[in-house]
Amino acid sequence: MKKNLISATALMVAMSGTAMAGTLETVQERGAVQCGVTGGVPGFSVPDDKGNWKGLDVDLCRAVAAAVLGDATKVKFVPLNAKERFTALVSGEVDMLSRVTTWTQTRDTQLGINFAGVNYYDGQGFLVKKELGLKSVKELDGATVCVQSGTTTELNMADYFRTHGISYTPVVFDTNDQAAQAFDSGRCDSFTTDLSQAAGLRTRMQDPSAVGALPEVISKEPLGPVVRQGDDQWFNIVKWTHNAMLNAEELGVSSGNADKMKAESSDPNVKRLLGLDGPKGKGLGLADDWAFQVVKQVGNYSEAYERNVGKDSPLGLDRGINALWNQGGLQYAPPMR
Amino acid sequence: MSSDMSNSGHKPDGGSAQPKAPPANQPKFWNDPKKRSLLFQTLLLAVLGYFFYSVVDNTLTNLEQRGITTGFDFLTQEAGFGIAMSLIEYTEASSYGATFFVGLLNTVLIAAMGIIAATILGFLIGIARLSDNWLISKISAVYIEIFRNIPLLLQIFFWYFAVLRTLPHPRQSIEFFSSFLNNRGLIVPAPVAEDGFGIVIFGFFAALVGSWFMSRWAKKRQEDTGQQFPIFWASVGLILGVPLLLFLVSGMPMVLEHPELKGFNFRGGITVIPELIALWLALSIYTAAFIAETVRAGILAVSHGQTEAASALGLPKAKTLRFIVIPQALRVIIPPLTSQYLNLTKNSSLATAIGYPDLVNVFAGTTLNQTGQAIEVIAMTMAVYLTLSLVTSMFMNWYNARIQLTER
Repeated sequence: MKKNLISATALMVAMSGTAMAGTLETVQERGAVQCGVTGGVPGFSVPDDKGNWKGLDVDLCRAVAAAVLGDATKVKFVPLNAKERFTALVSGEVDMLSRVTTWTQTRDTQLGINFAGVNYYDGQGFLVKKELGLKSVKELDGATVCVQSGTTTELNMADYFRTHGISYTPVVFDTNDQAAQAFDSGRCDSFTTDLSQAAGLRTRMQDPSAVGALPEVISKEPLGPVVRQGDDQWFNIVKWTHNAMLNAEELGVSSGNADKMKAESSDPNVKRLLGLDGPKGKGLGLADDWAFQVVKQVGNYSEAYERNVGKDSPLGLDRGINALWNQGGLQYAPPMR
Repeated sequence: MSSDMSNSGHKPDGGSAQPKAPPANQPKFWNDPKKRSLLFQTLLLAVLGYFFYSVVDNTLTNLEQRGITTGFDFLTQEAGFGIAMSLIEYTEASSYGATFFVGLLNTVLIAAMGIIAATILGFLIGIARLSDNWLISKISAVYIEIFRNIPLLLQIFFWYFAVLRTLPHPRQSIEFFSSFLNNRGLIVPAPVAEDGFGIVIFGFFAALVGSWFMSRWAKKRQEDTGQQFPIFWASVGLILGVPLLLFLVSGMPMVLEHPELKGFNFRGGITVIPELIALWLALSIYTAAFIAETVRAGILAVSHGQTEAASALGLPKAKTLRFIVIPQALRVIIPPLTSQYLNLTKNSSLATAIGYPDLVNVFAGTTLNQTGQAIEVIAMTMAVYLTLSLVTSMFMNWYNARIQLTER
């Protein structure tokens, strides 16, 4: 509440003042990207035991810092809950959001923000205790469901249950963490959220093996980075940073071989990606080797995916629809030329 | 000061009479303190007005420039999300405006419940604190010091998790008087009125009015004749007895809808959600500690001579407290008590931490985020708390004025 109030006041102050300077200049002057992330969703953005932020969303923030400042460590992470996020972005508290935010029409058109791509294609599911022996969401009639406040999840659930004539009681919490804990302690029969986050939060429950997901995926949740509307240059930078990571994967350029590729590769696509040829950084207002820095310091999309949410991570998620387009997935980046 | 005013006050006092006959020694208007202060006040008002106008205007212009929707149109749009507890009819198809009223009523409910419980508990503990019994007085001192000095948010978490973790699942509910207690809340049978129940309600209000007249009559009789009448018990008998009698005579036109375990949860009956219980416990217990100290201060403020005089007249201790000490103590107690009530109302916004659907959780939470109209929503929410507080404080000021010592 308090933070919300402060954000609203900040918005009021920011809105009643004069126009802000370009985000790129602000970031360069400050020497750090301020990136809004979640307070703790394993696999996407969560601080480890040493206080370093880790996750797929975190890597995108670092990639933007590498592109803009040439140093992936120059990021200040600002944990925001679902209610605070857009106000914090629009009032200038953060330069970008990278916090499992679903791209919807209302958000894109009415909040003064722009979605700069999709870094994870997700869908909403339901977690239940396995001992109940449930087979389908449709058996949840009369159930109490824990959910995070102010999310598309809350609306999707209401829509789905309403259209299927299922009665339910929502118990709404400020953060997904609190909702998951309440489910774990037995306050609710089910916990609903995006499946990727469910996988992460499940790892923190008392007995993760006793909790399972129901088969239905009831919504589309394209999650992506968000920037303020009206700053096209910054919008392009964030969009193309993500595209560079995807193109790097497609071209087989990774953090391990970036130096070698830069020195030796004769593939014109690789040369354009690494800034030796083609559009370079001019149109974005960045150094020519911006994409090289992204790949070298953070890695390509596949690297970010695998170390945070992939098979060998605690979440153990398949690439699924997040595979590249030429491998049967949806991740498709426009060419860099 | 006052003589000063009356000396100079004569001349400039009648503003309308002045233009007719300005005296020869009339000072220039910038030397006239009254006019000068008027000028400065007008200037200040204009500057303030301009300041607020430009803040609002700039905000609107800039919001529009950035493509952020403004205005209150969203209040009529369909909300599309569920709310766990509502005192009025609410479904997902209701509007955002309805979510405002659901939240508002839930806030008023918790505030009213908290104020009643905290007042009763606070008075009991405040009086117990002054007891001659060593144990009682020490226990209440310990209570006050513990609950006054732990942050309220922690107490809310404590009660929430204490309530949650210790209660069983719906299938192993604790059953008593055909009610059920489990970690989904307290489920009690719901009374459903049938035809003819109106007469019982009518009887109740008639008994209320009747007991008011009776108490007036009893007071008058005591003043005239000195004879006492057991007005308290007579009123209780009347208010409970009349509706009960009518209820029985009219053939008990009410059925209880018993809750039944079906699938996941109980169907039917009234469910009191654990969030409400936890928040109510925390707010009442916390505020009661402050009220207890206020009560103690009020009682100690009554001079000891009053008590001595009462016992010299042979009044027993209970009557001394009821008729001599408390009426005088109330004058000292009411103003700080008002602040406690206001605090409790405002503190109820901490509900959002445990998911009780109050105004802040529902309206300034979900609705704000779904519509993205932070400025409008927060302004409405602040206006509600301001109004609630002003109403409470108006009522308490009225009550305070009523119980002031009346001179006869």
